[in-house]
Amino acid sequence: MNNLTDITISELRRLLDQKEVSSLEITKAYLERIEEADKRVRSYITVTKEKAIAQAQRADEAMAKGKASSLTGIPLGIKDVICTKGVNTTCGSKMLESFRPPFNAAVMEKLEAQNAVMLGKLNMDEFAMGSSTENSAFFQTRNPWDLDRIPGGSSGGSAAAVGARLCAGSLGSDTGGSIRQPASHCGVVGMKPTYGRISRFGLVAFASSLDQIGPLARSVEDCALILEVISGHDPRDSTSLPHPVPPYSKACTPGLDGFTVGIPEEYFVEGLDPEVEKAVKGAIDSMASQGAKIEKIRLPHTEYAVATYYIIATAEASSNLSRYDGVKYGFRAKEYSNLMDMYKKTRAQGFGPEVKRRIMLGTYCLSAGYYDAFYKKASQVRTLIIEDFKKAFEKCDCIAAPVAPTTAFRLGEKVDDPIQMYLSDIFTIPVNLAGIPGISVPCGFDSKGLPIGLQLMASHMQEEKLFKTAYNVEAALNLQAHWPEP
Amino acid sequence: MAKITVSEVEHVAHLARLTFDDQEIEAFTRQLNDILEFVDKLDALDTSDVEPTTRAIELLNVFREDEVKPSLPVEEATANAPLSEKGAFVVPRII
Repeated sequence: MNNLTDITISELRRLLDQKEVSSLEITKAYLERIEEADKRVRSYITVTKEKAIAQAQRADEAMAKGKASSLTGIPLGIKDVICTKGVNTTCGSKMLESFRPPFNAAVMEKLEAQNAVMLGKLNMDEFAMGSSTENSAFFQTRNPWDLDRIPGGSSGGSAAAVGARLCAGSLGSDTGGSIRQPASHCGVVGMKPTYGRISRFGLVAFASSLDQIGPLARSVEDCALILEVISGHDPRDSTSLPHPVPPYSKACTPGLDGFTVGIPEEYFVEGLDPEVEKAVKGAIDSMASQGAKIEKIRLPHTEYAVATYYIIATAEASSNLSRYDGVKYGFRAKEYSNLMDMYKKTRAQGFGPEVKRRIMLGTYCLSAGYYDAFYKKASQVRTLIIEDFKKAFEKCDCIAAPVAPTTAFRLGEKVDDPIQMYLSDIFTIPVNLAGIPGISVPCGFDSKGLPIGLQLMASHMQEEKLFKTAYNVEAALNLQAHWPEP
Repeated sequence: MAKITVSEVEHVAHLARLTFDDQEIEAFTRQLNDILEFVDKLDALDTSDVEPTTRAIELLNVFREDEVKPSLPVEEATANAPLSEKGAFVVPRII
């Protein structure tokens, strides 16, 4: 069988269940392809070859005994911000370059319980801070559609690996758009569930009130399959929601009769590339032709979201990253004169410039005399943004919008202008502030052949509405068969 | 909102346990000023009657029973330490 690496997880599941192929064959196919193509894409920081083969063999043994679940034997890539026991977890940073967690993240426990296969750990912007993977301390991941362009970020490796067919699916993390934006730039499906849907136990923290793990894959149904497995309450994460996990993949059914899709005028403004706008509007038209009612809505505080986010997220980050002190794990400076000097030199040498910039901004916003003006103010604006969404969802089931104002930009194009970089998250950030679920699904290409994503948003715990709508867009536009050869 | 000065940046760096050379301090001061000007736009909003959002979801008082549970053995807990001895982390003398 050719091209085991090209097909979806649900296709692989069918082949495995019908014993037409083994997990070992699929895993080896991906490992071979990684060895060849990842020289150019550079999506993996660590490839766990022996472990993957052993896991594939265990999966084949389990299936032979009749014990197959949806992800048994399926090879996945894991963003390097998720703790994998005994396997380097670097967060794209020198600070954790040789860190081997003594425990597995909750999501890893769930994947291992099903005998899924981990191919390796995927590259990212350092500590999940960035929108282009240019902030990785190790190397640059490239967009598989054009190797001179960014894959997006911070889950750049997770999106590029799926787009370049170097894994069947991947896990990323999303704090301000870090799954949805790279998914859009790499032409794959990526989603962030409701805050609290997936346990953050073992997810290295960036901004605790915004972070969520989420799946990336080559089809909407595949994302739903992964979400079913990794979701659920976890007593070790006090922010994890107690709600049961519905069979999300069953939401992928044809037809949008009775659905109302809201179009926010604030997302279709100057700065939005006309080709992106055209593709997004084309997707909206396809939803209408499948029975959806299209309704104009307003999200009036959208323009304040980036400023709000950059206060709240950096404040939370400055607190979360204070644990990196060279004492218990991670990097420690070689020379220092006393404890304070050890802390300062360790952190100055271990962190990259973007991380330091955000720690500095966050520390300033929380410092005595400034807390009310910055953090409290931003938290109040956050309430206004949440209320915007509450009102909007009274009138519609899903909101449709672009994911990013442009397609993938060139490497180096925005590194010198932090604010320009931050503005590339303008459409994805509000979703994190509100804690609602959002998905990016491919909806076209620009004249350079670069992918464009459609963003759909739904209210808390309404992932099924997202999947149903995204599934129908995907079916109508039928872009799936077209993949890059990097 | 007042612009941030070099000495304020140095103070914040100390709070954040970071250290910079003079060139970096200048660059940071400029970039932080740009970002602070950018976030000034929030002042345009009247939030006098708005409750701050302090948590992302509506869960309250998530407790567990006060039961001792197993935790990491000492060898595993110190396995990643830059410097350790006899199950403890070694750091420069404080006292």
